[in-house]
Amino acid sequence: MQIERSATQFDTDELVINMGPQHPSTHGVLRLVLRLDGERVVDADVVIGYLHRGIEKLSENRDWTQIVLLTDRMDYVAAATNNLGYCETVEKLLQLEVPRRARYIRTILSELQRLASHLVWLGTHAMDIGAVTVFLYCLRERELILDLFEEYCGARLTYNSMRVGGLPIDLPPGWDRKVREICDIVDAKVVEYEQLLTQNRIWLERTREVGVISGVEAVAMGFCGPPLRASGVARDVRKDEPYAAYAEFAFDIPIGARGDTYDRYLVRLEEIRQSTRIVRQALDGLPEGPVLGKVPRLIKPPAGETYHAIEAPKGELGFFIVSDGKSISPYRFRVRPPSFCNLQVLPRLVRGHLVADVVALIGTIDIVLGEVDR
Amino acid sequence: MDQPAAPKPPSAPSPPAEPAGAPPAPTAAPAPAPATAAAAPSTPVAADAAPTPRPAPARPPAARPEAKAGAARPEPKAPPPPPGPPDPPPPADVAAPSFITALQAAFPGVGTVTYWVGDWTVIVPADRLIEVGRWLRDTSETAFDYCADLTAVDWPMRAPERFDLVYCLYSVPHRFRLRLKVRLADQAEAPSVTGLWPAANWFEREVFDMFGIRFTGHPDLRRILMPEEWQGHPQRKDYPLEGPGELLLEDPQEWLKLRNAAREADFD
Repeated sequence: MQIERSATQFDTDELVINMGPQHPSTHGVLRLVLRLDGERVVDADVVIGYLHRGIEKLSENRDWTQIVLLTDRMDYVAAATNNLGYCETVEKLLQLEVPRRARYIRTILSELQRLASHLVWLGTHAMDIGAVTVFLYCLRERELILDLFEEYCGARLTYNSMRVGGLPIDLPPGWDRKVREICDIVDAKVVEYEQLLTQNRIWLERTREVGVISGVEAVAMGFCGPPLRASGVARDVRKDEPYAAYAEFAFDIPIGARGDTYDRYLVRLEEIRQSTRIVRQALDGLPEGPVLGKVPRLIKPPAGETYHAIEAPKGELGFFIVSDGKSISPYRFRVRPPSFCNLQVLPRLVRGHLVADVVALIGTIDIVLGEVDR
Repeated sequence: MDQPAAPKPPSAPSPPAEPAGAPPAPTAAPAPAPATAAAAPSTPVAADAAPTPRPAPARPPAARPEAKAGAARPEPKAPPPPPGPPDPPPPADVAAPSFITALQAAFPGVGTVTYWVGDWTVIVPADRLIEVGRWLRDTSETAFDYCADLTAVDWPMRAPERFDLVYCLYSVPHRFRLRLKVRLADQAEAPSVTGLWPAANWFEREVFDMFGIRFTGHPDLRRILMPEEWQGHPQRKDYPLEGPGELLLEDPQEWLKLRNAAREADFD
């Protein structure tokens, strides 16, 4: 047995390490197989499916009203926008008119949901990078928003807050005043987060020039939502294909210049401010009237198919639904989950970066594994 | 401390439960006795699976055809599935948008245009898909540069072409939306569009995983949501929805008894 190895020569093979599925910074059960050259990431393979519950298959065996409940379980950090996307798709198939008041309240709920989702994102992302204080602050403010949801629909996480054709109930009395108060609180707190992070030297060094992606490449790779806008592409379903009542409000679409992790942070912070702006406008102009349209007793859309997208907090959430016009459940129920599409870009983002940046990059694309795996 | 405490509670309620739990055990004994008796002491997993073979002597002639009907499953309970989507042509009073007219001018006679609730779809033959897709992406007046979604629909009753592949395209500069549809036979392969839209990579993996449709030219065609060693493709219409079998649906009480008996067997 001969071993020929000089004292100065070291093994320089690539090292394969496994990150997850049980890892605090993978935000759920995400598994990454990283190929490392020293501290640099050469390549990454994303392994998903640990939370696959077959929601698409299950929905093809439930009736149209029962599916609202299943959509809660996809992006469980932003259940209200999932409800909205599904209900609007079915309304499009039914060609159903939704009362104006219901559309306004839906807009308010989805913007509150965007606030809550972005706060969770900011807290966990900052904690991954090491700023634990921000996590505590963000969850404190998110709690207030969850209280609003609890007062409206009785649930704090899986809301089941919308129905095909409108809403299950009207707003409770005095709710709008509380929403205004919380919008003021959130606006004030965003300034605090910015004081903690925006000029923070550690934050800048950990996020700037990390995971840069150009606008053209981001579009080709299927990026959507805030990450796409941070790459300089002004694409927002709320503006481009207005749904609910978004066409009636004034708001801006923040876009980034460099497409790095820092820009994605700035874009989402600005979106928080824009969301409170939309909520205030919607409360100011909230019309009177019913909240549920003329819904047929048995929902059974005519045979046909449609794709409808909304802007969920994570990006473009699309539903492709085929109705055969005969059975009481959809013939084909397909979800286009934004986290799934954004996660696909992760190997491209982490290539060439340090292992520590992988944590920052998982945080920056804002994934929820319940939605990735369905 | 927990170890001795744990077996007690099951044994205490078991006397009242035994009359209920006992009958299935002797009835099941004649037919599958060797299998269960051998499996129960060795592995608890096998004992757990014991209730799934139904109590054979009770109604073997009734059970068998039912199980077969469930396996073939063209029409479990609902009316038979339609042979295919309606794909209605656009009504006369709806003007075709510019990208449809441009596509028809560039590829005369290639696609069938359909329209439903405001959505435009073009049905393209599979062998022209890449050509049409490249033209749609690269022509400045259409510029469908974003592949929003890619999925499939299973129409098992439709004669040779069982699957619809549905490509939801979006044009970021023009804000157009268009669906391309490709009809595909059961064992046929579709051309991969990952060369046109890299975003389609995971979508095609998911379609392969869920429907078993293979894509020629895909860089890395593996299962994505289901485990690597999984058998079958869950989104196909002939794939069953749930595991415990028809007994749970037909007679939940009987199913519950069998399950409880299996659990008690575990403790012994």
